[in-house]
Amino acid sequence: MSLRAVYVVWLRELIKFWREKARIVTSLVQPAVWLFVMGKGLSGFVHLHGPFSGSYTAFMLPGVMGMTVLFASIFSSVSIIWDRDFGFLKEMLVAPVPRSALVFGKILSGATVAMIQGTLVLIFSPFVGVQLSFTGVLEAMGTMFLLSLSLSGLGIAVATRMTSMQGFQLVMNFLLMPMYFLSGAIYPLQGLPTWMSAIARIDPLAYGVDALKWALIRFHQFSLSVDYAVLVGLAVVFTLIATSLFKMEG
Amino acid sequence: MTNRVMIEARGLVKRYGDFTAVKGIELEVQEGEIFGFLGPNGAGKSTTIKMLTTISRLTDGLARVAGHDVTRETDEVRSSLGIVFQDPTLDIGLTAWENLYLHGLLYGLASTEIRERADAVLAMMELQERRKDLVKTFSGGMKRRLEIARGLMHRPKVLFLDEPTVGLDPQTRARIWDYVKTLRDENGLTIFMTTHYMDEAEHCDRIAIMDQGEIIALDTPDNLKRSVGNDVITLQTANDAQAIAALAANFSITARSVQGGVQFDAEDGETFLPQLLARNLFHVTSLNLRKPTLDDVFMLLTGRTIREEDLGARDQMREAFRQRGNRR
Repeated sequence: MSLRAVYVVWLRELIKFWREKARIVTSLVQPAVWLFVMGKGLSGFVHLHGPFSGSYTAFMLPGVMGMTVLFASIFSSVSIIWDRDFGFLKEMLVAPVPRSALVFGKILSGATVAMIQGTLVLIFSPFVGVQLSFTGVLEAMGTMFLLSLSLSGLGIAVATRMTSMQGFQLVMNFLLMPMYFLSGAIYPLQGLPTWMSAIARIDPLAYGVDALKWALIRFHQFSLSVDYAVLVGLAVVFTLIATSLFKMEG
Repeated sequence: MTNRVMIEARGLVKRYGDFTAVKGIELEVQEGEIFGFLGPNGAGKSTTIKMLTTISRLTDGLARVAGHDVTRETDEVRSSLGIVFQDPTLDIGLTAWENLYLHGLLYGLASTEIRERADAVLAMMELQERRKDLVKTFSGGMKRRLEIARGLMHRPKVLFLDEPTVGLDPQTRARIWDYVKTLRDENGLTIFMTTHYMDEAEHCDRIAIMDQGEIIALDTPDNLKRSVGNDVITLQTANDAQAIAALAANFSITARSVQGGVQFDAEDGETFLPQLLARNLFHVTSLNLRKPTLDDVFMLLTGRTIREEDLGARDQMREAFRQRGNRR
């Protein structure tokens, strides 16, 4: 494994991420809309029962961060289609480096960018009544990185099978919104119809959001060891799938 | 210059299902040679390049580049070749220097060496002043030059150029050719290029003409043209009948009367014409010497011409895309 090649791919994405500062700012618009338009609007008649005693917007914050990570991860993996259509992928494919290095680099850069964007959402925490602790933030960042590894792997696995950007968008719309809604981001996963909680159980985002909730608002529904076991497991599995699919290409 | 074989293909075959794109190609390219690969679209040129550059697996046969087997020594082959693809592969969201820097890292150069090489290749392609600019702001010709510069970063022994001048204006095309020749002359680089511009193929030391997956001719441009036949000379004279008779009597040449005057074939028109005129046998008002072109060679071998109109839909889109890119 050529670590240098992984670094090159990672560096390229990070340079471009850093260059588009406007994109970094606009990435905060969607979380703001969810927290302040949806969250504040709903908090008047949403009454949380059970162990969580904070406000509804506080409950939403980790979920909205999970959503940010989800979209950032998927969009960074879309860039592999972009690279293929605009040729840069070829430049990497003829370099004396293993193809798996390219996939690892993409996944790691996706995870880095997603973690940064997710962490930025924390600037809203004073307005939604979440008290941050240093360890809480670190835990959240680690969780987001781990969550994004699996989501980026999933995104790349899907992307390598897609021939066009439109196709990818379609698949992702069928996948992304349900993943977000069923992750426990906007309502707790309790007292749901059986089919819904069954789907929630296979939603990778649900485990990430659960771990984020624990890190930031000390509330969780699954056991933390399950959360992390699932996240690590999925990160490994999706990375392997993405790598083998990518190797088959061409 | 040593007589080292830099590219070698033996019975190279590529099949896609039932379709055989490349049907057992044989070729050898010497070190320091500019080798042209000519043919219409779909002839199998790109497929052959893909196999030689390890992008595509060989169905059958053997190929070596810079002494390394393309199937078994993939990384060695990749390190010793530079490629400029038909489609642009630069990252337009990065600066010229960043593109070169990442390429250097990817090929395992140390950072001091990267800096040194980047300066050298930017100077060679006359792009120093634009090093810090985003590639999106570059013209088509500058992009192509940067791509060549990038391909040279890791000191390759063989440079593959796939249609390096498509979509460029004549001036830029001429300039690219100057660079290519300099690279060969000063760095001893071996250059393997495809083109469907017949006039450009003249710059090559040797040419392989490919059609329907096979090499149908392989020689120097001059030899290929000679194989087609003689030069064609057309004269306008005051009296055509007198001229035809004089040619027959003095040179035993059978000339024919055509619309533009008197026409005949000559083996070496450039030396024959002065001889003819020196004898002052008849009054010539104008003359025309036409040498066979590579177009004629292709025509003779395949019964078709390679023309720009033959570009497939994909190429037309590519050209349109490039033009759009150039304007930015």
